[in-house]
Amino acid sequence: MVGAALALARRDLMLALRRPGEALLPVLFLLTGTALFPLGVGPGAETLARIGSGVIWVLALFAVTVGTDRLWAADLEDGSLEQLELGILPLELVALVRCLVHWLVTGLPLVVISPLLALLMQQPPAALVALPAALLLGTPVLVMIGAIGAALLVGSRRSQALTALLVLPLQIPALIFGVGAVEASTGGIGGTVAYLILGALLLGSLALAPFAIAAALRLALE
Amino acid sequence: MIVNRIRLPVHAYANPLRFQRIADAIRPWTSLLALALFPVGLVWALAVAPADYQQSDAYRIMYVHVPAAWMSMFTYLVVGGSSAVALIWRHPLAEIAARAAAPIGACFTAIALVTGSIWGKPMWGTWWVWDARLTSVLILFFLYLGYIALYDAFEDASRGARAASILALVGLVNIPIVKFSVDWWNTLHQPSSVLRMDGPSMPPSMLWPLLLMALVFKLYMVSVLLIRIRTEMAERRISALRGAETA
Repeated sequence: MVGAALALARRDLMLALRRPGEALLPVLFLLTGTALFPLGVGPGAETLARIGSGVIWVLALFAVTVGTDRLWAADLEDGSLEQLELGILPLELVALVRCLVHWLVTGLPLVVISPLLALLMQQPPAALVALPAALLLGTPVLVMIGAIGAALLVGSRRSQALTALLVLPLQIPALIFGVGAVEASTGGIGGTVAYLILGALLLGSLALAPFAIAAALRLALE
Repeated sequence: MIVNRIRLPVHAYANPLRFQRIADAIRPWTSLLALALFPVGLVWALAVAPADYQQSDAYRIMYVHVPAAWMSMFTYLVVGGSSAVALIWRHPLAEIAARAAAPIGACFTAIALVTGSIWGKPMWGTWWVWDARLTSVLILFFLYLGYIALYDAFEDASRGARAASILALVGLVNIPIVKFSVDWWNTLHQPSSVLRMDGPSMPPSMLWPLLLMALVFKLYMVSVLLIRIRTEMAERRISALRGAETA
């Protein structure tokens, strides 16, 4: 079973790396999106410093959600999802592996680039560590929840806007504690509690979301 | 599947005809009681109950706000519970019940949000604050809307019904957050004053009309739910007959 999981991970990773442009889209989205804010609200350093961490978090949330939207569509259309269901790997593990690889390809770059964005948004030095740390814990949660929405809607006609309606409310807790962690760290009161809750959200979503995703996928395969 | 072999006593009521017979027997009573008790509760709450020493008469909106908020959570439990039954035992009746309950719950949630907002303006000086209770109830409202939208998003109605059931189960995690948000976080919203370990912190003269209003809201919800289930079943029967005719 481990071998099958690794093979699936290798396949997904290879598919993503063959089209590196696609994997970089969320990063570009986050970069351009962040660049709009100094133009929109004015480049004053104080304004940007105050709203910066929240802006980067919200845009990262959008980037992840838009990125997960078609997580299952291609596999359903060409029939490989059916093959995966027939294989020895339970669909729950397929979902987990797929989400982790997807995070590795689209989520991790967001984490890596976030210190640069923090600089652009005039964040205090503490945020250069706090923001990537919070995103490291938070973006996998966003991927897991986004994957539930994508699996529920795979094969339906109206997709993207409805996925956002389903997924965004469930992602709000991650956003709240993600921004809370950054602001507590930069405010000097220490964000331990927020980081711990983020970690709890991560573990909870890793444990529970695969079951919801697999149930939704079985439905799509009927 | 082993789960499908587990029989519960509720299965007897999953028979649509038997359900319909019992529902038809209950519905007139709940409707009449709701209609009869609503004016009593309203007059008691708005005129007879004493004014609050701090909030004077403005607190009276509580008699609508609190029952609506309770019902918003209770109705979601109905949606989530029915969805679980629909997914596990594939009872069409449970699907219908969940779908019929969702718009009622969305309305109760909207009422709770709007009355809370009207209450917040004089008491907190603002229509809205982003504290944990208000935010989690707003999420609850979005969950209801998402459930309804997902239910209707597929050509194949049964696919939509079951996708929405999964979403309803996922959304259940929000219910404890709504309930305990006032205890877990330091919110502007006041903590629970009725269901407490040390008894209600409200004098009986205020508590009784509140409980009566809660009962009225519950009776109203049951009546409307039964009517909606009946309508939905009739609708399905009609479309089945139409389908048989054209085929």
